Amino acid sequence: MQTPAEFELSRRGMLVGGAASVAAVTIPPVTAAPTRPATPPPATAKVAFEVNGTARELEVDTRTSLLDALREQLHLTGTKKGCDHGQCGACTVIVDGRRINSCLTLAVMHEGDKIVTIEGLGTPDKMHPMQDAFVVHDGYQCGYCTPGQICSAVAVLDEIKAGIPSHVTADLNAAPKVTATELRERMSGNICRCGAYSNIIDAISDVAGVKA
Amino acid sequence: MKSFTYERADTVAAATAAFARAKDARFIAGGTNLLDLMKLEIETPAHLIDVSRLALDRIDATPEGGLRIGAMVRNTDLASDTRVRRDYGLLSRALVAGASGQLRNKATTAGNLLQRTRCPYFYDTNQPCNKRKPGTGCAAIGGFHRLHAVIGASDACIATHPSDMAVAMRALDASVETVDAAGKARVIPIADFYRAPGTTPHLETVLAPGELITAVTLPKPVGGTHIYHKVRDRASYAFALISVGVVVQKDGTGRVALGGVGYKPWRVSAADAELPRGAKAVTAALLDGAKPGHENAYKLPLVERTLAGVLAQAKG
Repeated sequence: MQTPAEFELSRRGMLVGGAASVAAVTIPPVTAAPTRPATPPPATAKVAFEVNGTARELEVDTRTSLLDALREQLHLTGTKKGCDHGQCGACTVIVDGRRINSCLTLAVMHEGDKIVTIEGLGTPDKMHPMQDAFVVHDGYQCGYCTPGQICSAVAVLDEIKAGIPSHVTADLNAAPKVTATELRERMSGNICRCGAYSNIIDAISDVAGVKA
Repeated sequence: MKSFTYERADTVAAATAAFARAKDARFIAGGTNLLDLMKLEIETPAHLIDVSRLALDRIDATPEGGLRIGAMVRNTDLASDTRVRRDYGLLSRALVAGASGQLRNKATTAGNLLQRTRCPYFYDTNQPCNKRKPGTGCAAIGGFHRLHAVIGASDACIATHPSDMAVAMRALDASVETVDAAGKARVIPIADFYRAPGTTPHLETVLAPGELITAVTLPKPVGGTHIYHKVRDRASYAFALISVGVVVQKDGTGRVALGGVGYKPWRVSAADAELPRGAKAVTAALLDGAKPGHENAYKLPLVERTLAGVLAQAKG
């Protein structure tokens, strides 16, 4: 049973508390110093790329995903970690004009690339039309999947414009159209567990200038 | 994830030489499957050789009238190529039936062929799995096996190959071009590319360690009506329960390959020959010798009914 006091804990408070308790169990006691074979330091590598128009140079553990580099090193926390396995789309960013799952790619593999995150699409004062449309059409509830949904949506409209076919495109040799069916299929790599899907389709349709 | 060292290869020769030099190396291109498996420590390479920037990203016409698809051509670009859409519609259709837009933008042609099974017991490192850890047993046999192979499996492994693209490649008689560490090139018909699980399900293809796929070639177009029908648990972004890829000519002859039924895209020449006689005869020939379990026996009638629908659609 949860007590009212527990309900009053803020999410941030919970996170801070969680981190503190982890720290408490991982700090070794000062007196105990058992000899262990030294673990070799993790391999690191340098990488330089452009994020939202700014050149960035990083030294990363080679294991660092692009997602973790963006969030943990560049502090661009708009891009979200959902499943970390390419199944949910919360980490979607646009690299060299194409949407990808930033969790399933290594930062070191992006030397020289141009990366656009949700922070690069627009700001609270100057929102991208897609961000604006998500607000107007209420295309979210909790908002966690939203940055990925918006990056994906912006890229989807470009993909349709470029003539890239989808599973629901009736004629492979004709230019695909912006329809609700096309948008639903093309957005299937972005999961929204609040279920704001119909409003998301309304928002994207609005930006594309069609009726959902 | 285990720590690894990383290098980027600029040429095919540099990539294969790097492999020969390093201990426990893997090539990485799109990375959408390999990195996922590394996070789960199912794959634990000590060294990664990034081959994603090799100049293997073109689709060129061959002197024989077909196409040579570079190993690094992204799934999105292959599905969108005007020649592929016009002459090899089955391939476009299979590609866009797989994964999500984000993944298709990253996944490569060679990587798609080499992706590993999505058997849940292969992914669950607490379970025995002969493919993941040879000799430990198979948790899928006698376990939940609704998604598993109905034909070509062994007592050691009943995993399916997950690729949609490979089904189209098999129906279109594609060939896989490779270069080994010594620089020797060879061409492998896709029919001979995948190994039956037998007692060694961890060995999935005929590629030698360090052998790098450089291209996949398609013979000249065969015309006909191209259809790829994938049956899955949700309408989009899910692996196939079964899939049916066909090329049907006006006279009713053609070719058919199945996904989701075995360790490789499943095609049988005797079944192709039955196409004019309809779905029942084709399915009987295709799945002759099938040994389904009680949870995946549904795949047999599902193949026949899906094929019946596809053949009716091909007639128009």
